[in-house]
Amino acid sequence: MEQEVATFAVKKGLAQMLKGGVIMDVVTPEHARIAEDAGAVAVMALERVPADIRAHGGVARMSDPELILRIMEAVSIPVMAKCRIGHFVEAQILEALGVDYVDESEVLTPADEEHHINKHQFKVPFVCGARNLGEALRRIGEGAAMIRTKGEAGTGDVVEAVRHARAVLGEIRRLQNLPEEELMAFAKEIGAPYELVVETRQLGRLPVVNFAAGGIATPADAALMMQLGMDGVFVGSGIFKSGDPARRAAAIVKAVTHYNEPKILAEISRNLGEPMVGRQISSIPETELIAQRGW
Amino acid sequence: MKIGVLALQGAFIEHQHILERLGVETVQVRLPAQLEGLDGLIIPGGESTTIGKLAVDFGLLEPLRQFGKQRAIWGTCAGAIFLSKDARRDQPILGIMDIVVERNAFGRQVNSFEIELEMPFLPGQNGRVYPFRAVFIRAPLIEKVWGGASVLVSLPDGRIVAARQGKLLATSFHPELTDDDRFHRYFLELVQSPFEP
Repeated sequence: MEQEVATFAVKKGLAQMLKGGVIMDVVTPEHARIAEDAGAVAVMALERVPADIRAHGGVARMSDPELILRIMEAVSIPVMAKCRIGHFVEAQILEALGVDYVDESEVLTPADEEHHINKHQFKVPFVCGARNLGEALRRIGEGAAMIRTKGEAGTGDVVEAVRHARAVLGEIRRLQNLPEEELMAFAKEIGAPYELVVETRQLGRLPVVNFAAGGIATPADAALMMQLGMDGVFVGSGIFKSGDPARRAAAIVKAVTHYNEPKILAEISRNLGEPMVGRQISSIPETELIAQRGW
Repeated sequence: MKIGVLALQGAFIEHQHILERLGVETVQVRLPAQLEGLDGLIIPGGESTTIGKLAVDFGLLEPLRQFGKQRAIWGTCAGAIFLSKDARRDQPILGIMDIVVERNAFGRQVNSFEIELEMPFLPGQNGRVYPFRAVFIRAPLIEKVWGGASVLVSLPDGRIVAARQGKLLATSFHPELTDDDRFHRYFLELVQSPFEP
């Protein structure tokens, strides 16, 4: 009886275990421990949170492996790390480090403006951002085992995450109402692999776990994304750019569990201190928008 | 029959889907009051630290311990850690099963695996016996069983991956991630069996 590693069921399975949970961006081992103590299901190890990447400018790359390793040593929960879109060598390095998930992320400066990584070739599973169903299914076609909305990272403005969640879920609803003979034209229209279109229609949902990300800053934001039908949330800058990270982190964890209970949400939203200072997306010049990266 | 699925965090919907396919009514449990009227409970896979913390925050630890004294509970992966008396680490657990569990015993995600295991206690179709495909994801290992607990399934090298103690069941793998419902049917039999203290 042979052990089989890195099957798609195993890659997708870890994301299934993260459902109903919060994945938090952390930049130090201390942050990682605060996140774990607050109930995070995983952490994303980074040198800078997206808000600082925006402020800092320049080329944003994979984080220093030393930092990622120290964060892996600090916590018992899964550790994710980001590589640039199309930068398969950064992905190879992250796999060699033993991270539990790689985020091929638009938050970093893309390394390839036409092609994403062939994620089937890796043992480590990948999560990728998507703004609509076509983009989500292209990423799954390339081997992504988990999808997240792109939102607009580092803004604290949830509007884009909502737009992307509604786009993906709305297109799935539309797909379910199509007769079978129209599926090929639909696949062509959204630029998605036909087989995945058929599978999505049959399931009534994406074939992999689908998280919300990009602009979530409060327990109410997190619960909003859950009520819209997301499987869980990533919180980037929203925690460690706020006044009381430990408290806010714990509150967002509770909000994702009790997303359908306004009375509990009211209780856990009290006295959280200052939220991160947001940046309204409509005030950001189009050339600075991150979500447009990815093809 | 009504089975609860602890829905604080993790893969609870997968368990519900299999149970519903077997014609069983299911309830998501997030608060103590939701345990009322249940015949059994499944604690799903997820992150055991997250599930433990939420169970403490919402007052579920003691009600779950009481539940386990009377009725059947099945913990998969994180759920098995949660049932154990010792998780080799300081984190909230129910401490109701005579097992020691080691978290992430097989390493990190790149070491997660699937394997076909012989489980002769699972009824096959038409009396045929065939192996069960077990999916291990950052899985814990049952390091030791004692007292009322006994070994149910081991890997070919002898390491323990499922144990039973009366109506309590712990598996380090995830039957809810397969289409094979035999383990769920085994649990439902346990739910209906007479209580043995």
